[in-house]
Formats: sequence, C-alpha cells, structure tokens
Amino acid sequence: MSEAAPLLEVTGLTKRYGGLTAVKDMALAVHAGEILGLIGPNGSGKSTVMKLIMGIERPDAGSVRINGVEVAGQPSHRVARMGAGIVFQHSRPLHRQTVLENIKLALLPDKLTRLFADPQIDAHARAIAARVGLADVLDRRPATLPFADLRKMEIAKAVARDPRVVLIDEPFAGLTSTETAAFSDLIAELRRDGRAVLLVDHNVKSVARLVDRVVAMYVGERIAEGSAEEVMRDETVRRVYLGGAITTASRPESSFRDTATPFLAIENVSVHYGKAQALENVSLHVHAGEFVSVVGLNGAGKTTLFNAISGLVPYSGEIRREGSALRGTSAAAIARGGIVQCPEGRDLFVDMTVRENLDLGGQHLPPAARDAQIAWLFDLFPILQQRQRQNAGTLSGGEQQMLTIARALMMKPALLILDEPTLGLAPVILEQISKALERLRQTTPITVLLGEQNVTFALPHADRVYVLEHARIVWEGDPARFASEAGTGYL
Amino acid sequence: MGLTSTVRVLLVALVVVVLAAFLPYFVSGYILGLLTTAFYFAVFAMAWDLLFGFAGEVNFGPTFLIGVGAYTAGILDNVYQPPIWICIVAGTLAAIIGGVVLALPALRVRGPYFGLTTLVAVLMLQNYIVVDASLTGGEIGLSVPDVITADESLNYQIALWFMAASGAILFALSRSPVGLILQASGQDPVQAGALGFNVTKHKLVAFVISALFSGLAGALMVFYLSSASVGTFVDVTVGVQIIIAAVIGGRRTILGAALGAVFIIAAAEILRSLSTIPILHPLGELANFIVFAIALVVVLIFPGGFFGLLTRTRENS
Repeated sequence: MSEAAPLLEVTGLTKRYGGLTAVKDMALAVHAGEILGLIGPNGSGKSTVMKLIMGIERPDAGSVRINGVEVAGQPSHRVARMGAGIVFQHSRPLHRQTVLENIKLALLPDKLTRLFADPQIDAHARAIAARVGLADVLDRRPATLPFADLRKMEIAKAVARDPRVVLIDEPFAGLTSTETAAFSDLIAELRRDGRAVLLVDHNVKSVARLVDRVVAMYVGERIAEGSAEEVMRDETVRRVYLGGAITTASRPESSFRDTATPFLAIENVSVHYGKAQALENVSLHVHAGEFVSVVGLNGAGKTTLFNAISGLVPYSGEIRREGSALRGTSAAAIARGGIVQCPEGRDLFVDMTVRENLDLGGQHLPPAARDAQIAWLFDLFPILQQRQRQNAGTLSGGEQQMLTIARALMMKPALLILDEPTLGLAPVILEQISKALERLRQTTPITVLLGEQNVTFALPHADRVYVLEHARIVWEGDPARFASEAGTGYL
Repeated sequence: MGLTSTVRVLLVALVVVVLAAFLPYFVSGYILGLLTTAFYFAVFAMAWDLLFGFAGEVNFGPTFLIGVGAYTAGILDNVYQPPIWICIVAGTLAAIIGGVVLALPALRVRGPYFGLTTLVAVLMLQNYIVVDASLTGGEIGLSVPDVITADESLNYQIALWFMAASGAILFALSRSPVGLILQASGQDPVQAGALGFNVTKHKLVAFVISALFSGLAGALMVFYLSSASVGTFVDVTVGVQIIIAAVIGGRRTILGAALGAVFIIAAAEILRSLSTIPILHPLGELANFIVFAIALVVVLIFPGGFFGLLTRTRENS
C-alpha cells in the first residue's frame, strides 16, 4: 500500500498564532484506501492541522500535497477542487431547504452563470443520499432530522464531489453506540472506494477499530505513529494521556463529616442539546472540603455538568446543595450563594485591568475584606500583583488562567468549579497552577470540583475521581487506582 | 415547499401586479404618485434583501448605491443633457462601480465591520453632496430638467412594471443554484468554501446585483421626481427605512421586501392624510412614529415578517 505515492502528504507544517506555536513541523501521509487517525488531547493542534490542510487557515511554513499537487496556503475552495472534502463536527446546514437540496448544493459548480441546475444533479444527489441511508428523509428539513442523520447528511455533502481525500472531525461525537457502528460502516466504505481518509479525534480508543494507522500529537508536535495498539502502548502517549508516576494525596471519603448529606449531590441528571444527549443519568457527590476531579475527554460532558450545577442549562434529575434542590434558583443566585464556576473559556473582561477584574469579583465584599482577599490572592499568585495595571487581554494564557481562578476566589466561594484550567497551557505553567491549587487545598476549607482531560493535572490533588465518557459516569474511585482501572479506556 | 409553493407565490404576485396595473382607472393622481414612489422603494428593499437575506451581509448603506445612481443620472442630465436613457445607464453603471469599490475592501472584514464600512460610505457621500453644492445642488437639492413623462398614470405603470421585473429577476436568482450557494456562503462561509465555492466571489456578485437594481431604481426615480435631494436618496434614515421595509416584509423572501416597502410608504401617508380630520390630527405628526412602532412589533413578534405570516397561513390551510 505504501508503494504508491500518498494521496495526502503533509510535511514541515507549522502554524503560529502570535507567540503561540499551534502546530510545529508536522508531518503525515495518507494513502489511497487508508484510514489514518490523527489523535491528540484538547489543544494539541490536531484540529488546526485539519484546517491547514483544508485551507481554512494559512500555514506559516510547510507543504500540503493532495494527489501530488501542492495546496498549502491556497483558499479552501481551491483545496476542495483539488480533491479534498471535509466533514465538520459542527455545521450549519441550510435550514429552509430540504435534505435533498442541501446535498444538491454540494454538487453545484462554482459558477455564477449557472441559473438552472443541471438536471443530472438531482439524480446524482438522490444516489448519494441513498448510499448514506438518507433516502427516506430527502424531503425533510434538516431541523427535523435526528442528530445521526444530520451527520450522514454532512458526509453526503463532503463526498458529493467525489474527493480523493476526506477529512472527518470527531466522527463519533454525540452519536450513540448503534449510530457509531452505522457511521463507522460509512467511513469504511470511503476506504473501499479508494479514498484517503483522515479521522481527527481525541483518543485512540474511539477510532481504534476503524483506523489503519494512528498519528498522535501533543502541544503542536507529532509524538508517535503506528498501529492503534502500538500507539496505545507508546510510552510518550501514555505519559501525555495518563501522566507519569503520580503521587496522590487523597483523603478517605469517611474523613468528611457530611457523609449523610454531602455538600453537593447530583442525582440522575440528564441534559439534551436539541437532539444530542450531553449528559445521561449522571450522579455524583462532593463533600464539604473535598477535592473532586471529573476526568473526561473534550465532549464527554464536563462543561455541561458544570453548567447544570451553575443553573445555566435545563436538566432532568436533581441537583442538591446541602440537601435542598437548586432547581428554580437563578444562575446569579447560585453564584452569589457560593457555587462559583471558572469557565473553560475563562471569560475575563479582557479590556479591563487585572485589578479591575479582581475588584469586580469582590464587589459584594466590604472594602476591608476585599483588600484582605486581594492581598491573600497576590500571595497565592504573585505574578498577578506585578501585572495589576495591565489589561487582562494582554496576559499570557497561564496568567489569564490564574486571574480567572483568582477572580472566582474573590467571591469567597463555598464550592469552586474549575473547568479545564489547563486548556492550551504549557507544562511549566501547569505546574504553577498545580502548586496554587495544592496550597488552596491545604490552607483553606474550600471545596473544589475540577473538570479535566489532563490526568496528570487532575489526579494529584484529588480525593476522589469520576470518569465521564460519552455523557455517562463510567468509573468512580480513588486516584491511585485510576491508572490501573480506568487508564486503558482513557487512551 | 419546493417548486409548487414557488410557482404559487409567483402566481399570486403576478395577479397582484396585474390588478395593480388597472388601478389608474380607479384612484386619484395623488395615490398613484404615492404608489409610484413606493414601487421604487420596493426595488431598493428587494435589492437589499438579496444582500442581507441571502449573502448574509448587513449593508447599512443601501442609500450609498441608490444615491450614487440617482445623483450620477441627475447631474449628467443637468450638465450635459444627453438622452435620458444614457443618464439612466450611466447612473446604474456608477452605482455598480461604487458598489465594487465599496465591497472589495468591505468584504475583507467580518461581522459588524462590513456594516460599519457601508454606513461610513453613506456619510461620506452625503457630506460630499452637501459640500460640492455647485455640482450637486447641495442641501437645497438638485433640480433635474427632464422627466421621462409628465403623465402620472404612465409614471405609475413604469414604476409598477419595473418593480415587477426586478422582483421576478431577484426572486428567480434567489431560488437558482447561485441563490443556494449565496445562502450557504452567508450562513456558513467556512463550509461553503470547503465545498468548493469561492465565497468572496459570490458575495461580491451579490453586491454588484444589489448595486445594479439600487442604482437603476435611483436613476429612474430621479426622472420621475425631476429632482434629487439628500433627504430622498441618501440620508441614513432613508437607508433605515429600506432596511425596516425588508425586515418587516420578511427577510430572505425578496418579494416580502416589496410588500414591506409599499406598507411603510402607504401607512405613513394614510396616517398623514387622516390628520386632516381634526380629532385625528396627532396621527399626522406621529405618522413615522406609529409606522416604526408597528415595524418594531412585527419584528419582535413575527420575525418572519408579513411574507412569513402569509406563507405560513397558506401552508396551514
């Protein structure tokens, strides 16, 4: 198979955003009739690689060859015409048009003179729809389709022009296991057609059954390549996903006083976004003073869980604080009551100074208490003191994360929810934040609920760990047991 | 939906236009004059809807295109007096060129900046007209020596059939493959590009077509009014009225925009005429206020606009 020239060949691909190198000297090749999995944790640059190949972003350096033709730096409509198609994870189909019309769109020539569609297009679109299993819903509007059918429609659009190279972003996100099987068959069919397929996903496990080869990425660089089993066994990959030897410092659950009625109790909570199920019967609890980590890949439902606790999304089931249900309490009241969330996106006021951001967080405090709290925070995060007068938007990613945590702490939370604080941060910064969390845990009675995909960061402080996978809690236990019991499933 | 509803909509529209063509036998010259203006206004609104509803770009400066068309035609007639059709063609071409010059840089920016760029273009044009008064007539307005015809009823027919033709072309375009690509480019430009469509090219062409109809309508209207002023063709409030007309008529429908335009012009005038009755006097002064209030209610309660309401009830029945 590797005798022939690859259909997609990427070498030396590099992309910088300001000072951040998102992709560095990346290389990969996909041959005709081959499925390559490109995996990496959140922020590893895998989606950027896909965008660079498709021409959605311009690379700073490197080469992208499709069928031997150089396309790096070309706009995406040219790349598409050179024979590449992409299935986006999120797309906005034409809602006023039917499924058939949406597929026809993909078949139209890029010409302004074509005022009447070629009559063959209709037959062609129907044939494609039949192939992906949409024949029965051709005349329906996208909004009325189940999520799995929408994904099929996106595949139909992407392959409509018969691309030699097909890129698929997170192929199975939001699909149930039966739907995943059906979707896998569709992707396998692309391979049988002799196309080169690149699947981009978070971990090996989700694509292992389908791929011929896997390339793993971490902070913009390629760290491993091989069969799914080889990559799963790879030392670097294991370290990235599972962390090295982790020293845990968990306290037994019985050491917390509120064992009967935990501070926070979540019972059978489910959340739907339209047709996609984001949380399915999730139950967990957090004791007062406890540090609980929820580990899960991007898209597993961590943010949704936190948003449900904060009263930002409607849910079924119960969420209780100290025994009384939080439902019906407004998001603002929940936050004022002491359940404070540090959102994944950080949500700082970027045009205000560090000090102003902190003052806003402590607005409800009397001036003396506020000053004392700020002094304590500057002790916890000394860099913020130096940066006081700088606009939050000018801080580095790590400093912004510290400011986000500090601003939340200004509200003197009873429960601090941290949603992926490590997102896109370099290891050295992680260590600083990690130390601050450790100090927080040791010197204050604060309760922390941490959501992370970075296990190395999530485990050392945790008293207990939950693993969230595809909207469900699949494991609960002591952090020391994580690697042996849940680690493989996480790779 | 599909073909049947498209045909049905066009049939209804055709019946309305044909009925309207017999109106001169029944109503006064005053009402004809009012409707003549309303029909040109309808073309402005339809041309705007092509850009916003389909290409997804909010053009806050429809009056830039209209003004360039109207003033070019008017000034040409005022200074050189070539045959009227030459003035009209020149005005249309000027609007297209102005549109390209504006759109090329404006389409490079995203989000609200496109709208801001177009808004600034209107302010610049307005300022230029006021300053270069010897050529443009400045704040007093430009008097144009010629008219296409002085016959009220003929003017009415010209405006009516011009509107019908423009509407048919724009509507057909919106339902054509190009219209589909435009909608895709407006809703998800990244995906449209990945499907092989040159998004910028399609949006630019939408802008040119919008400019063509805006400029042509502006030039024709100059030779109906035999004058041009900032207040009729260029002012930002005129642009806002066009936008409101298109939105309350029903965005992304083209024909709805015409409905909205006729409604806005007619409703304001009816309220003004009612003010001759002493008790109803305040209605005249508040005419614009009331029309805008209705527009606000429509936008808030029926985001689909008049056209959306009409097609929905028909689908239900």
